[in-house]
Amino acid sequence: MGRYVMRRLLQMIPVFLGTTFLIFVMVYALGDPVAAMFGDRAPDPSTAAKIRHDLNLDRPLLTQYVLYMGKIVTGDFGEAFNGQKVTELMGSAFPVTFRLTIVAILIEIVVGISLGLISGLRRGKIVDNASLFFTLVVISIPTFVSGYLLQYFLGVKWGVVEPTVSSGAPFGELIVPGLVLAGVSLAYITRLTRTSIAENMRADYLRTAVAKGLPRRRVVTVHLLRNSLIPVVTFLGTDVGGLMAGALVTERIFNIQGVGYQLWQGVLRQNSPTVVGFVTILVIVFLVANLLVDLLYAVLDPRIRYA
Amino acid sequence: MPDQIEKTDPGIVDAGTVVVDPGLTPEPEREKPRSLWDDAWRDLRRNPVFIVSSLLILFLVILSLWPGLFSSTSPLSCDLSKSRQTSESGHPFGYDLQGCDVYARTIYGARASVTVGVCATAGVAILGSVLGGLAGFYGGWWDSVLSRITDIFFGIPILLGGLVFLSVMKDRSIWTVVSFMILLGWPQIGRIARGAVITAKQQDYVQAAKALGASSGRIMIRHILPNAVAPVIVVATIALGTYISLEATLSYLGVGLKAPTVSWGIDISSAAVQYRNAPHMLLYPAGALSITILAFIMLGDAVRDALDPKLR
Repeated sequence: MGRYVMRRLLQMIPVFLGTTFLIFVMVYALGDPVAAMFGDRAPDPSTAAKIRHDLNLDRPLLTQYVLYMGKIVTGDFGEAFNGQKVTELMGSAFPVTFRLTIVAILIEIVVGISLGLISGLRRGKIVDNASLFFTLVVISIPTFVSGYLLQYFLGVKWGVVEPTVSSGAPFGELIVPGLVLAGVSLAYITRLTRTSIAENMRADYLRTAVAKGLPRRRVVTVHLLRNSLIPVVTFLGTDVGGLMAGALVTERIFNIQGVGYQLWQGVLRQNSPTVVGFVTILVIVFLVANLLVDLLYAVLDPRIRYA
Repeated sequence: MPDQIEKTDPGIVDAGTVVVDPGLTPEPEREKPRSLWDDAWRDLRRNPVFIVSSLLILFLVILSLWPGLFSSTSPLSCDLSKSRQTSESGHPFGYDLQGCDVYARTIYGARASVTVGVCATAGVAILGSVLGGLAGFYGGWWDSVLSRITDIFFGIPILLGGLVFLSVMKDRSIWTVVSFMILLGWPQIGRIARGAVITAKQQDYVQAAKALGASSGRIMIRHILPNAVAPVIVVATIALGTYISLEATLSYLGVGLKAPTVSWGIDISSAAVQYRNAPHMLLYPAGALSITILAFIMLGDAVRDALDPKLR
């Protein structure tokens, strides 16, 4: 197990460097951060040159990247173009999005797995067909449509919840945004669990478990569910990245001042340090989530631990 | 990288394990042996989901080729004095914020969505199968390099990459968005194609062909391609719907298509500002978008059910 963890950690390094370099190239090589600072007016050449020099923008791209990474290691993400420290922005944004993601993942796990379990056990029955239809509809409605629909009906028309989230973003107000964010993944998890359950129902070990007279509850929870959850866990890991990106849309609709909101503002105003800094952190979160999933996978399925 | 756990996309469960083994297909006597494709086609013709979704898609394709057949109003001729008005005779969906006819814009919006979806999927499928397939067939250094590149691309969620990449592009046409999707989307298909080719490569009939002295090219095209293409088709069909959704989301965030192009994503984005007073501006393009994605996802589901013998 120890060697397995080490190998996965080492594999993460080139991926992290490659991904961040790709983002770095997109922002600094394809865009022009200095021109963006001046808006529509053309900047004074000498001022522009000075800014370029101060921000290391006059050096070769690879040098810029190495300098940037060197600073990040010491926890210095630079300053946004309005002088605010990027780490300050992160400090206020990440806890909010973190809470939102937790709500979304909880909804996904609880609703998705139970719905998938029920329809997988009753394959071909009404419950199964209803859940297939429901997931089909949920997958087809893009997040920004379902977001506005729920906001309109629950928030504005019937007044069940607050239509927008207040600045503190307490858990209670995040339930509807979390539901919207979870939506599509929830449907995927339901279908994944269903297929997985239906497949394992035919497995030999399950027939053995039933034949040796175990109570149905034990057969389903210990034998069936544990084995069927392996692909679901894998999906949850890759989904963390999707949720973080999905927050771009959800946070805009419900006016949540989290990562997605800051990132979107950063992109609109071409605030390169903010964008690169936030994306770097998101990449780390994503890679760590995948690592955790791989380890969990090894716990669920002992065959993986061959190292 | 045999020790790495393959990430499973929920829509494509089992797609990677589709093994076409003619020996396993039940062969009725005296009848010509049916291939996987014959079986799949027989299944599809009897599947109501497939029929409904193909009719819908046929309609959408006609709509995007000849929008003028369905609307005589131009989506770009707008009358500000009619801003946000609801439906009236000849203009069943009312007017949007700029006073443009919502019905005409909804009709004309189909073209952008269908074009982006179809072209991005075709590009991703071709590029992914060629690169992934060659990596699976030859193995070696190209396979290792490709696997690392794939890992890097998987590290960037596509929506995030789109926001960063497309926002620095000043002139964005449909083709910019399509190229971006191909650039970031191909590793998904590449991984599937690689797995499928490796599975097919180990089959006895490939060994037999090799033993008989068939060239690499012949083995690839005559023996491996027909047997490895099924999973790619399944994943690509399902991806079509998600690419349409992605285009709309990018346009909604303001980094996708740009104004003179009529797109549901742009319309929803501009309607969202005032939708509490005039929900009709939001509902019609949103409904059209959802129905389009629904049609393609249903098609993907039907194709997967037909091509995946494991679920039969």
